[in-house]
Amino acid sequence: MALLDVEELKVEFPTRRGVLRAIDGVSFGIEPGEVLGVVGESGAGKSLTGAAIIGLLEPPGRIAGGRVLLDGKRIDNLPPARMREIRGRQIGAIFQDPLTTLDPVYPVGRQLTETMQTHLKLSDADARRRAVAWLERVGIPAGAQRVNAYPHEFSGGMRQRVVIALALCAEPRLVIADEPTTALDVSIQAQIIELLKSLTRDHGTSVMLVTHDMGVIAETADRVAVMYAGRIAEIGPVRAVVKQPAHPYTEGLMGSIPWIERKVERLRQIDGAMPRLNAIPPGCAFNPRCPHVFDRCRVERPDLLDAGATRAACWLHDA
Amino acid sequence: MAAFILSRILQAIPVLLVVGFIAFALFAFVGDPVVTMLGQDYTEAQRQALIHSLGLDQPFFVQYAHFMWAALHGDFGISYRLARPVAGLIAERLPATLELAFTASVLALLVGLPMGVYTGIYRNAASSRLFLVFSLIGVSLPTFLIGILLILVFSVMLHWLPSFGRGDVVHLGWWSTGFLTISGLKALVLPAITLGLFQMTLIMRLVRSEMLEVLRTDYIKFARARGLSDRAINFGHALRNTLVPVITIVGLQFGLVVAFSIVTETVFQWPGVGLLLIQSIAVADIPVMSAYLLLVAVVFVVINLVVDLLYYAVDPRLRIERRAAAGAR
Ligand SMILES: Nc1ncnc2c1ncn2[C@@H]1O[C@H](COP(=O)(O)OP(=O)(O)OP(=O)(O)O)[C@@H](O)[C@H]1O
Ligand code: SF4
Ligand SMILES: [Mg+2]
Repeated sequence: MALLDVEELKVEFPTRRGVLRAIDGVSFGIEPGEVLGVVGESGAGKSLTGAAIIGLLEPPGRIAGGRVLLDGKRIDNLPPARMREIRGRQIGAIFQDPLTTLDPVYPVGRQLTETMQTHLKLSDADARRRAVAWLERVGIPAGAQRVNAYPHEFSGGMRQRVVIALALCAEPRLVIADEPTTALDVSIQAQIIELLKSLTRDHGTSVMLVTHDMGVIAETADRVAVMYAGRIAEIGPVRAVVKQPAHPYTEGLMGSIPWIERKVERLRQIDGAMPRLNAIPPGCAFNPRCPHVFDRCRVERPDLLDAGATRAACWLHDA
Repeated sequence: MAAFILSRILQAIPVLLVVGFIAFALFAFVGDPVVTMLGQDYTEAQRQALIHSLGLDQPFFVQYAHFMWAALHGDFGISYRLARPVAGLIAERLPATLELAFTASVLALLVGLPMGVYTGIYRNAASSRLFLVFSLIGVSLPTFLIGILLILVFSVMLHWLPSFGRGDVVHLGWWSTGFLTISGLKALVLPAITLGLFQMTLIMRLVRSEMLEVLRTDYIKFARARGLSDRAINFGHALRNTLVPVITIVGLQFGLVVAFSIVTETVFQWPGVGLLLIQSIAVADIPVMSAYLLLVAVVFVVINLVVDLLYYAVDPRLRIERRAAAGAR
């Protein structure tokens, strides 16, 4: 059984000029120990999907349909107190900007012990010992002294290591990492990804890794989901999606990735722009930009269809 | 730490010198003490003798230096009106004002802070809106009107609380306190509410807007993502991060409360320095007025120092900068 199952997830924002549907029927699963990469242009709905899973959509945003299951049990309709027990303990989160993610007024050790003692029965001494161990595990030397340091005493990269420690310290089974390296210096990005990879592999933790960096996806993810305008355009094993993309949008994204050299590459630009939420065209949302568009694309919306090794939401694969 | 306090005290010296100058200048520009003290009939010789004995024939800055030197020793001269040393007059009245200001500020903090937190967390609740409307009234009604309304309701109509004076006081050394008698405490209630209401609403609005600000930050979202309890998030993290601005405002407000207790003291005939000032202004009792000015300046300086020290305790970033700066020296 999958660790996490997202079924037909819909997220809406009521606005004065009607309801905006930002996520429109997203389904995917994550197996224990699996790394799922999530890519897509800005505004595709990657962050909202993550926020919906951990129940932290900002009002007035709300889940308007579908289900989220952890170990086959629904977590999208839990009372707040029960959901709190899942956040941090079952599903951890890593945010984008380490400079703003840590509370400036507490030493990092205190933030670690607070998190652990919220979820695990630990004495103060044990929690403190573990906090030191976690700092060292995420590559912060002299953890015993650094536990008493405040966030502003660390560099950006070091702070992101602290954030990773915080996300993992209550030993969750899934971590949602939303662009964990975007705000960091390029020279540190690879180290942080490597750290995240090795720690989660050691603990058998699943990862939902949101990134714009196809190089990172190629090296890190087992499977990848490509999002477009609030839906999944294509999902499948990372090699297949990168080497033989089945969806024209993925094809566009992958066009210029030098896969063999494994060079770090940003997503390629595709002509045109993703439609705004209030102007999503009927049929396939990608049709105004698609080089293979045909009549059916403009009237009927494709769901995910089997397309070789992957699944793609494209009528080209309607058998 | 000691160096920090010392540097703050050194910084305060120019401020006090300037205020002292203004206090001193009052003598030169408001009324003529010689005429006031001589009365109706006097000879030119008497006048010269008095001018000489008061040191008024000396150069301006020498007189200023004398004034400051005397003030430093607690000598503010003799009240024209009461013919008694000003220092003694003020020392007699100061406990009343400080106890009133303290009670008003504590009241404002004890009510304003929780209300600010509540309205910040439950910003859309009907009760929050009610608090906000109430706070608007508190901010916009003038102090004397609030005092008179309170007297009307609780003294005149209900006869629950006294409308003037300080009640019975107990003397502890030179300090007189109203905290230790029932009538003293009862007498405190209405003036303290009157004086504290503005502050209370100010603190509430400040805490509320700071809370709203902090609750939007990434570290609060991350605290939620870590699964912390609402209590830990709202109080441990959000409120804790609002403390720096709140301490500043509350601290500075305490200075203002002391300074502006004048109105409340007048309405309630509260025997503090504010009332003394009003009575002194009416007859141009310059020594009292100038001593009052200096007193308020000292209160502000002391409060500023306390606020700085609290900052230091509350914001780790300041501590580090100071450590770094000290290391660099
Ligand atoms: N509070 C809101 N009200 C209305 N629309 C919103 C709100 N928050 C997000 N959206 C919309 O939801 C869509 C998805 O946003 P999301 O943050 O998930 O994008 P993303 O894929 O994470 O993009 P990025 O790569 O820039 O992080 C966007 O089009 C955005 O405009
Ligand atoms: S469904 Fe049509 S428009 Fe959409 S991606 Fe496939 S071919 Fe292009
Ligand atoms: Mg995002």
